[in-house]
Amino acid sequence: MHEQVSYEVEACVNFCGGSEILKHAGGPTRDSELAGGEWRLGGRRFAGRTSGSQAVRPFPGFFARGRGRQAVYARPQMSSLLLANARIIDPSRGIDQTGDVLILDGKVADAGPGVASNAPKTVSRLDVGGRIVCPGLIDLHVHLREPGQSAKETIGTGACAAARGGFTTIVCMPNTSPSVDSPGTVRWIQDRARDESPVNVLVAGALTKDIAGEDLAPIGAMHKAGVVALTDDGRCIQNNELMCRVLEYSSMFGLPVMDHCQDYSMVSEGVMHDGRYSAVLGLRGWPAEGEELIVARNILLAERTGARVHCQHMSSAGSVRLLREAQARGVAITGEACPHHFTLTDAAVAGSEVFWREDGTAVYPELRPSSLPQWPAFDTNFKMNPPLRSARDREAVLQGVVDGVLSVIASDHAPHTGYEKQVEFDYAPFGITGLETELALSLMQLHRRRGMKLIDLLARFTTGPAGLLGLAGKGTLTGGADGDVTVIDPELAWQFCREGTASRSFNSPFYGWPLEGRAVATIVAGDVVWRDGTLGDIIPGVA
Amino acid sequence: MDWTRKDLLDLQSLSAEEILTVLDTARQFKAVGERKIKKVPALRGKTVVNLFVEPSTRTRISFELAEQRLSADCINFTAEASSLRKGETLADTARNLEALNADFIVIRHKAAGAPHLLGRVLNAHVVNAGDGAHEHPTQGLLDLFTIREKKGSFEGLRVTILGDILYSRVARSDIWGLQKLGARVTLCGPPTLVPPVFTELGCRVTPRLEEAIADADVINLLRIQHERQRKGMFPGLGEYTSLFGINQERLRMTKPDAIIMHPGPINRGVEVDSEVADGERSVILEQVTNGLAIRMAVLYLLNGGHVPPAEVN
Repeated sequence: MHEQVSYEVEACVNFCGGSEILKHAGGPTRDSELAGGEWRLGGRRFAGRTSGSQAVRPFPGFFARGRGRQAVYARPQMSSLLLANARIIDPSRGIDQTGDVLILDGKVADAGPGVASNAPKTVSRLDVGGRIVCPGLIDLHVHLREPGQSAKETIGTGACAAARGGFTTIVCMPNTSPSVDSPGTVRWIQDRARDESPVNVLVAGALTKDIAGEDLAPIGAMHKAGVVALTDDGRCIQNNELMCRVLEYSSMFGLPVMDHCQDYSMVSEGVMHDGRYSAVLGLRGWPAEGEELIVARNILLAERTGARVHCQHMSSAGSVRLLREAQARGVAITGEACPHHFTLTDAAVAGSEVFWREDGTAVYPELRPSSLPQWPAFDTNFKMNPPLRSARDREAVLQGVVDGVLSVIASDHAPHTGYEKQVEFDYAPFGITGLETELALSLMQLHRRRGMKLIDLLARFTTGPAGLLGLAGKGTLTGGADGDVTVIDPELAWQFCREGTASRSFNSPFYGWPLEGRAVATIVAGDVVWRDGTLGDIIPGVA
Repeated sequence: MDWTRKDLLDLQSLSAEEILTVLDTARQFKAVGERKIKKVPALRGKTVVNLFVEPSTRTRISFELAEQRLSADCINFTAEASSLRKGETLADTARNLEALNADFIVIRHKAAGAPHLLGRVLNAHVVNAGDGAHEHPTQGLLDLFTIREKKGSFEGLRVTILGDILYSRVARSDIWGLQKLGARVTLCGPPTLVPPVFTELGCRVTPRLEEAIADADVINLLRIQHERQRKGMFPGLGEYTSLFGINQERLRMTKPDAIIMHPGPINRGVEVDSEVADGERSVILEQVTNGLAIRMAVLYLLNGGHVPPAEVN
């Protein structure tokens, strides 16, 4: 028991970027304290308590590379692994069949029936017991907060949260301090990610210097440094002429432009959806038209320039309709959906009682009201930008994901510290964390409740984002592709809890929610970078 | 009934029974205010902090006097929201006040939901003295008290609220309170200030003044909130007055026993002209008197006082 816990510490140290972020909360580190004490990782406390006979570990899967004290987590190292007894779902090839997936030296060697029997005996083997094995999930909208805002999140902690959520590749947003508007900052993030991240971290560069919406950022230089997309996320270029130039200029590099759609003159100081509940609560409204005006603009400019435009976190029925019409005309414009927008509504800002009574009945049809999660009115964990909208908007976003108008599901993982969020609703920053609940909420809302096929749903996490970003070798299990794989148990019932998050921040509205389905192992380049306790051991290959 | 709530945050969450309990209790306290000795010992030894993070004179004075008449010790803490934000958070400020063993925090704040935030983090009783454009429950209660005094009962009563509804916390408290007690509410003003979404709160919404006041038993005029308003909600005060101001001529279109209310401070010549404000149909000053009784009743009930208040009889 004690042995296990101290081992865990070592793993965490190696994993999350050095001993300075891992400190025992209280004095000397005696074994007895280790077993029952609290652990601090980046300012967060973990209870090293026991539950039954098993230690509740902060990072239960981070010791995948061996057993015992020598085991240290290392960055993915182009390993080989056989995932046996899988339900292989590969949206890139339209495959949903039982079989095995073989990864050799970090690349997919083969995926299909009978692969295990022909696999080299030297390769380690993980029996996934019929669970889903799919191309590693991609989240192209994540705020890792570094450089400059490491009290909210670090590249290490955010990437660990991604691994727990089943993501093998994430794209970090450039609205940091300083913002990612130069090749130097791009490389800084890449270097940090190399040291700290268990998953692939790709960088989105800013469109304009300081994300100020005035002068072009050095887009070409950042392209050379390896950015995969451009965005002023968090801000929206208001000057239409500048937006037009930005699209023209970036099209030379083939980089997609991802836009946070918000017309400032329309939205003004809005803090929640402009509708019934903003009227009830006396909070300033953020009207849906504030998003739709910019979506319409982006459609017109995408049409004019031929550039690829991606509308981030679509929240309103009008936006989905505009995108649907434009796509039908052949305009190169895409959209993404966030789980909070297709799960919650603005009624949630009025408190759980109102939400479950008015708009939440379809979320948990089988649960009694008394067993549903509770929260008060004006809870700032329900404040995000764009805001939660009406039930009609939620329905349209769900439909948009189902029919592919919204080809990408993303978290908009936006960590904020407790002291920033525990203030008046007007003054709290926008945003919630989301990497660890994203897959479960998507499975629940789209697959379970609406019958969306798993292969179509997983496309929104794989081929959707990979296609948009033009990522070769990702989002597919084709032979030769990167050995990034996610193992999913779509039935697993679990609860998201504060002790169980790897993020440095706790601003999620979904703590205590009964969730169904989650990633049980995350594999990057053949290395298991995270796994929970529900899978069996990895059986080492014979030399 | 006995009062069981720790805080008074809004009228939306109160039951009709709870509202009537406050009104019944306030009736007793109104009688106290008419005595020679206006002070009762109900809150002797208790400390009340009036935490006014948004400027207010009238409500603060009313609360302060209510506290003094209940024999509580009170201190006034006024701060600009902005300077509070630069320094400590609202919750920290309140925790500091609680550490001084304050029993009640009466809070006025320009952010909606600020009292709810305090109610969650404090053991002290929290009274909402107005939060942004959300609610102003004691104003709502004193309006109900006044209407009840004048009209007897609420069942089937028609109440028209006129003016700046969108930014009005008084309107929201009035709407909930009146509806819970059985009155029907009409909202009237330009659509920029009275958006149609308020029909979803169960109100009739109309921009036509004549229609709104013709069948009203009570007309509640709201002040144009210069400070909470964005520009461009209407062209100017002159046009507002010409369309929605209540003058003698318009008063003649109303039912002869319709009363005129206003939460104050009034802008003479804007939403109401002087003849109406000072006329016999106006109950504006009675509202002020009743406000004191309501605030005494609220503090008394939150402190665990029973109904009817034994000490005051």
